[in-house]
Amino acid sequence: MMQEARRRATIGFLTAPAYVWLTVTVLLPLSAMLFFSFLTVAPINGRVAQLTTEHYLTFLDKDFYRTLTWRSLRLGIDVTLVCVLVGYPAAMALAKYVHGRWREAIFLLIILPFWSNGLVRVYSWTMVLREGGFLDWVLHEIVPGAPAVSVLFTYPAIVIGLVHSYLPYVVLTCYVSLEAIDDSLTEAARSLGASALQAFLRVILPLSLPGLLVGVILTFVPVIGSFMEPRILGGRSGIMLGTVIEDQFTTVFNWPRGAALSFIMLGIVLLIFAASAPLLRGRLKGF
Amino acid sequence: MRKLVIWVVRGYLGLLLLFLYLPIVVMVLLAFNQSPLYKLPIVWDTVWFQSLAHNDRLINAGLNSVGLAFANMVVATVLGTMAAMAFSRYQFRGKLLLELLLFPPITIPWLIIGISMLIFFFWIGIGRGLHAMLLGHVALSLPYVIMVVGARLAGRGVVLEEAAATLGASPWQAFWRVSLPVMAPAVMAAALFAFAISFDQFVISYFLAPPGVSTLPVEIYAAIRKGFTPEINAISTIIIAISMGLMLLFARLYRFGGER
Repeated sequence: MMQEARRRATIGFLTAPAYVWLTVTVLLPLSAMLFFSFLTVAPINGRVAQLTTEHYLTFLDKDFYRTLTWRSLRLGIDVTLVCVLVGYPAAMALAKYVHGRWREAIFLLIILPFWSNGLVRVYSWTMVLREGGFLDWVLHEIVPGAPAVSVLFTYPAIVIGLVHSYLPYVVLTCYVSLEAIDDSLTEAARSLGASALQAFLRVILPLSLPGLLVGVILTFVPVIGSFMEPRILGGRSGIMLGTVIEDQFTTVFNWPRGAALSFIMLGIVLLIFAASAPLLRGRLKGF
Repeated sequence: MRKLVIWVVRGYLGLLLLFLYLPIVVMVLLAFNQSPLYKLPIVWDTVWFQSLAHNDRLINAGLNSVGLAFANMVVATVLGTMAAMAFSRYQFRGKLLLELLLFPPITIPWLIIGISMLIFFFWIGIGRGLHAMLLGHVALSLPYVIMVVGARLAGRGVVLEEAAATLGASPWQAFWRVSLPVMAPAVMAAALFAFAISFDQFVISYFLAPPGVSTLPVEIYAAIRKGFTPEINAISTIIIAISMGLMLLFARLYRFGGER
């Protein structure tokens, strides 16, 4: 009995600070955001707010918000697609064709930029993509008479910047699951008469699917919530759900509307998790 | 045939690395370029680093960033290590709840997390400022600290501690003489990681920064939107150097992704 009490006290002592901290910084704030999204005005500085569903109704009502949401989703799809098409083969190459010290070095080089400041990396793309920037300069060194190249402030610029930010995620997650696949499985498939392509499609790909899916989610979710990348690289063509939410808080000061839009975004994110849960359940253990 | 495949693989990975490092290299090179208009080709000069030394705004922001990252490192590492120890040793009710609480900081877009913190902190009177940023940064760092330390502890520490107890060590002795040395590399790696998370964090800091108090990323974002100078490249170069240096240290300590 004494021992049980002691055990409980230890657990409480060890975990209570983390509980309290996360409640104050995650659970309560998200609840407050939900509450604010149903208010007419933010109840701060002595203002009195009424309950309303107007912000959600506006969202459903206006084409503007629907277009906006679709734009953010499309950006998420495009960026994720490029990341997978570029990242999966890279992970495959790394896991199956490079060995020893080289593998370690290249792997580290691929994820190193990922752990550096995202804002700085987005900013650095402006210097490559702008007119008179690095890309433009290199092109004119090779072809002197070529027209000026400016990719900055276009949709592709946003995609390039975001792919740069999230590609290492996809390579990392795919690599982890590809590396765990025993090479003898491929050999077995081949010796039983499968072509290289069949061996890949029927053995390697299904086995690496959990890792791929984790990479896809870890890319797609933050991209639909991005605002600083579309802002810096997209200029006028960078209006997304994220940038509009940012505006509600920093320039328009309509906090309840911003909260409602944030909550809708959160809803989309949760739907994505719910939809992918059955695919991920139980297969994540080895990850 | 096999040789050809190897060359294709090398070429592909080379191109990938080129893509990943091109903008960073261009930015660093332009930090050492004389032209204020980013004119190419590069004329070598350290003028932007010199003017940085007289830019009080950026220096203040830099001090804030380092101080905040340090405070975050201490708090997140201590709280995270404690929680990780409970996780690896005990089965208890509420474990799932804590795991669920750790989920949002990693998986929900920072925009949403940052905004909800802004709303809540403002509402209950915590307000904005470095203290609010510390609250937010620790929340972001905790899941990673718990993961890094927890992975090291999984299965290992408990047996050794029990052995120490059988041999007559008190719980504190067992902790200081057995558990901590076992955990030490992971705790250090987690601490570096926590420092880097805070030092590089922009979104949450941005929403919790009151006028006049900022960190380097917040200051850089403001500068980018106002129209920028290569001074920003100089400070960005310093930031990149620090965070990449920290991550290389982390990799040495933690050996993630390696074959060992």
